Amino acid sequence: MKKYIDTGKKDTRSGFGAGLTELGKKNENVVALCADLTGSLKMDDFKKNHPERFFQVGIAEANMIGMAAGMTIGGKIPFTGTFANFSTGRVYDQIRQSVAYSGKNVKICASHAGLTLGEDGATHQILEDIGLMKMLPGMTVINTCDYNQTKAATIAIADHEGPVYLRFGRPKVANFTPEDQDFKIGKAVLLQEGSDVTIIATGHLVWEALQAAEQLATRGLKAEVINIHTIKPLDQEAILRSVKKTGCVVTAEEHNFLGGLGESVSRTLTQHHPAPQELVATQDTFGESGTPEQLMEKYGLNAGAILNAVERVIQRK
Amino acid sequence: MPNTQQLEDFVTQVRRDIVRQVHKVNSGHPGGSLGCAEFFTVLYQVVMDRKEKFDMDGKDEDLFFLSNGHISPVFYSVLARSGYFPIEELNTFRLINSRLQGHPTTHEGLPGIRMASGSLGQGMSVAIGAAQTKKLNGDKHLVYSLHGDGELQEGQNWEAIMYAAGNKVDNLIATVDWNDQQIDGCTDDVLPMGDLGVKFEAFGWDVVHIKDGNNLTQVIEGLQEAKSRTGKGKPVAVMMKTVMGNGVDFMMHTHAWHGVAPNDEQLAKALEQNPETLGDY
Repeated sequence: MKKYIDTGKKDTRSGFGAGLTELGKKNENVVALCADLTGSLKMDDFKKNHPERFFQVGIAEANMIGMAAGMTIGGKIPFTGTFANFSTGRVYDQIRQSVAYSGKNVKICASHAGLTLGEDGATHQILEDIGLMKMLPGMTVINTCDYNQTKAATIAIADHEGPVYLRFGRPKVANFTPEDQDFKIGKAVLLQEGSDVTIIATGHLVWEALQAAEQLATRGLKAEVINIHTIKPLDQEAILRSVKKTGCVVTAEEHNFLGGLGESVSRTLTQHHPAPQELVATQDTFGESGTPEQLMEKYGLNAGAILNAVERVIQRK
Repeated sequence: MPNTQQLEDFVTQVRRDIVRQVHKVNSGHPGGSLGCAEFFTVLYQVVMDRKEKFDMDGKDEDLFFLSNGHISPVFYSVLARSGYFPIEELNTFRLINSRLQGHPTTHEGLPGIRMASGSLGQGMSVAIGAAQTKKLNGDKHLVYSLHGDGELQEGQNWEAIMYAAGNKVDNLIATVDWNDQQIDGCTDDVLPMGDLGVKFEAFGWDVVHIKDGNNLTQVIEGLQEAKSRTGKGKPVAVMMKTVMGNGVDFMMHTHAWHGVAPNDEQLAKALEQNPETLGDY
């Protein structure tokens, strides 16, 4: 069993900020737009280093998305930054018409996604954004798991022609993926090999999946753990290869079970290789105030919840 | 630059194209399209500095964005007659497998279109973004946009209007097609907006007025005046008063023809009032 080491807890949003800083140096076409959340999105360095390429739009997200779409005309690569809620639900029609339907090369970068935003409560804790974004034709949807991966993804999406939704979060979480990783959009990462159950996780739940796999090992169960950082396009081949071997799957995500990764996996299995699946996700509910840990416990989004789901799914094999 | 007679002939032909397009498919928006025939003609035949061959990036040329996408018939007619695509293609307006969608889109690759529009209120932001990129690229060319007056009821416009003034986007000329009409009736009855020119000025824009947007000379002078005011630290707005349905007497001064196509008899009447000039498609 591979051992994964937390090299020190860091927030994924800082990975985005670091990636954007690096992009600023190496790609002069990269421009950044922010709706009054520069500090929260960790865009300060980019703003400081490239004031002429940084656009503060104020609390006006619809205008930000439209401007970003327009800025692509003439070759710029706009990165928009605000919270996930205001990056998606608030501006859905702007993204739909001016970005997705118009096929514009805009990178919608969304922090504070999911419950782990914590104390601000449900107004800010979007659990529907993956669904909203993956339904848009042509939209690439990425949800990274740690600082290093978020940094690598931020840099990688600049080279991808087309609209991208990049989702990350606020809390400091384990940083365990390689610093020098080669981030490939649409390519699943196999973290643990196993034969008894497949655990497919995305975002903050990937670390939890690894913890669950360790505990399963102590009970003699071998779990295969797959990090799906790209929800669309989905690496169906990797999923099917694994589930054909293990015969059952648990999906884990910080998102509603409607519209999320779990549903994408279900569709893949239903079409190609029906198998028992349990979904670790929120159950069609809004969040609430609390610490990230309390919320993940209450809403069943941690290693413990994954273990319970594994028990259930193995019985259904 | 074409002479006055040539421009008048162009406008007349555009009007024919508009009513023929919507009549054929019994759908589309003739009213607002007719009201803007002079504006589009002047923009594409006189005012804009544009390259012959279309490319999406539009570097080193002026750009235009139509925000009120439902007046696509006038846009398509003027684009075709300005050489962007064959005029015969106007025959495919709103038909299945056409590049001439009900509302303009980049999706089918129609030359001349750089952004989808139809869901209202988004074009101002897009035009501002394109204008900012022109500045970053050191491109001195201008960005033009057109907006319906009713469309300004959408809040996103005012975010954009505030942004453009606050950030001195002075390479942008946004024209408002001020015809006082929207689908449900007069704008004053649906949602009164007051004096739009005063509002733009209050938001920090330089405002040019065109009293009669269906008078070619006034449109030319108004847009040239607007052009002369660019590069001075303020975005420029053109308040252009037009008559919805202009040029077809029974369609004028009413919202009734906003989104209604003429029948055979009405088409004949409309065409009689606008005799063929440049050749029908």
